[in-house]
Amino acid sequence: MRIKSERDFWAGLMFIVVGVIFAVGATNYSMGPACPPNDPCAANLWARLSQLSAHPGAGYFPLGLSIILALLGALVLFKALTIEAEGGDKVGAFAWRPLIIIVIAIAVFGAMLEPLGLALTVPVLIIISSLAGDEFHWKGVAANAAVLTFGSWAIFVWGLKLTIPVWPWFAR
Amino acid sequence: MDLLHNLGIGFGVAFTYTNLLYAFFGCVLGTLIGVLPGIGPVATIAMLLPSTYALDATPALIMLAGIYYGAQYGGSTTAILINVPGESSSVVTAIDGYQMARQGRAGAALAAAGLGSFFAGCVGTIIIAAFAPPLTELAFKFGPAEYFSLMVLGLIGAVVLASGSLIKAIAMIILGLLLAQINTDVISGTARYSFDIPQLTDGIGFVVIAMGVFGFGEIIANLGQPAEHREVFTKEVKGLWPTRKDFLEAWPSVLRGTALGSILGVLPGGGALLASFASYTVEKKLTRNPRIPFGKGAIQGVAGPESANNAGAQTSFIPMLTLGIPPNAVMALMVGAMTIKGIQPGPQVMTSNPQLFWGLIASMWIGNLMLVILNLPLIGIWIKLLTVPYRFLFPAITLFCCIGVYSLSNSTFDVYLTALFALIGYAFYKLSVEPAPLLLGFILGPMMEENLRRALLLSRGDWTTFVTRPLSSGLLIASALLIVIVSLPTIKKKREVAFQDAD
Repeated sequence: MRIKSERDFWAGLMFIVVGVIFAVGATNYSMGPACPPNDPCAANLWARLSQLSAHPGAGYFPLGLSIILALLGALVLFKALTIEAEGGDKVGAFAWRPLIIIVIAIAVFGAMLEPLGLALTVPVLIIISSLAGDEFHWKGVAANAAVLTFGSWAIFVWGLKLTIPVWPWFAR
Repeated sequence: MDLLHNLGIGFGVAFTYTNLLYAFFGCVLGTLIGVLPGIGPVATIAMLLPSTYALDATPALIMLAGIYYGAQYGGSTTAILINVPGESSSVVTAIDGYQMARQGRAGAALAAAGLGSFFAGCVGTIIIAAFAPPLTELAFKFGPAEYFSLMVLGLIGAVVLASGSLIKAIAMIILGLLLAQINTDVISGTARYSFDIPQLTDGIGFVVIAMGVFGFGEIIANLGQPAEHREVFTKEVKGLWPTRKDFLEAWPSVLRGTALGSILGVLPGGGALLASFASYTVEKKLTRNPRIPFGKGAIQGVAGPESANNAGAQTSFIPMLTLGIPPNAVMALMVGAMTIKGIQPGPQVMTSNPQLFWGLIASMWIGNLMLVILNLPLIGIWIKLLTVPYRFLFPAITLFCCIGVYSLSNSTFDVYLTALFALIGYAFYKLSVEPAPLLLGFILGPMMEENLRRALLLSRGDWTTFVTRPLSSGLLIASALLIVIVSLPTIKKKREVAFQDAD
């Protein structure tokens, strides 16, 4: 079997996997009240379903949704394997460099902000994220960092009075 | 008259010093992000939500609304001057607008876009004021079953009209609904999908998702593309006032665009984007023997779509304000903003918060007036901004997004979660699945579950309640029809062509 649309193939697979994960998770939660003794619901699946639906529990809605998601994913996957798409609809090259750098920049911001404050975190964030572009000039980046550090203090701390730490813990 | 009385309240609220100031802020910011390609209203509104914490609900919503319709004005400027649509809704404006600019008629194109948008904005505002109260009346007749069906229709409509692949879009809605299940169940108090992480028991903030997927996802996607060569027509913008001939040619298009945009804006999935595409098609069909052919700088091709996108941007507030159901991603964020402010979106907003409701509507008219002034005489300032290179912009956007996410609840956990969603957002982009339906599903998820479970409780577990109640069944039939219609081969082909044009 040949993949006819690469993007749809992976998208379908993603929906199926997420659907299954959520469905498995949903089984940890109550679907609804247990079946009372001597009730038709013990023997009849249909009766059991309607008895559950009368008092849907925490797992009822997510289980239904994840089943629908997995089915839709299967449909997307099936189409990806049967219907010819232009040029195979390739996923194409990943922009690894910006992807990794931007994600690292965000994570570093998260790690630095509370102990070290805006004054140190912002320049670091700007320098790291600037590396994601195709041009990097120290002078421009330094100027950008200086302007943005002051600017974000002025807008968010001074202007909007948000409680964001400004200085590192040792200088507070 | 009720309408005048209500608008009177509205203008009373909107004309206060603070509210004028925030409407102005919103318009300036909206124009700014409209002009700058690479950042859209969804990311901006998400970015600014935390900073509205200190504000009252009314000025906060006035500012956020200003960003949305302001972006429609700003987007046309770059479309006309550099052939790069600042917003997706001005993609078609670029076709004829850029040609006009190359022929030295940039001024006329900008004026047609600006004045057309202003006219459309005024009409849109009046339509909201006139139609909101009766719709609200209707919404009060809704029980949980009807509400559930209405949300189904809203979600289906949103993807039928506004996305590429239908199945993938519906799957994205479901994914959004599922992500919204990461919370504490309201009825039983069970923490769901929290993996014993305390921060997850309150659910994921919609700002985290919007920022990760739209804000950072866009940045990474932009950086992945090769830098393009841009031609900017900065010196040639003179003689802003259109000639008599331009004027005569443009006004019928403005009227048609406004009418079309107003209707399409109300539909789920409608709003600015769909309106501008539809209007361009209509103009091309209806204009007989244009003086300048379409695609070569016809003023009708600028005036029509620009009026339509602004009218659509205005009227898309109707379902959000009256029913609490967002027709597009921006409105979904507005619903979120209202919830943060402790206002339950829905038909009761008009009666419980008349100041907010009518003040917001009145502020839209004022905002449109501000935008004409901001965009026409001050066009030079915005053009200068276009010369700021992206390598300075994207670190700034990254920074503002980070600060925005953090200040949401002063939590670094949210920042890490956003980084995760940035990765997911880029994966969506690579797999060409659209993130907007996910956000709509995510916002509507809790409401949908609550109404579904309440409806089932009332019917003692009988699912047929959704089809036996006439209003509910009508809404569900309408959603089914929508899916059937777009799956018909002829329509499907046309729809695919329309979305290819959009790319």
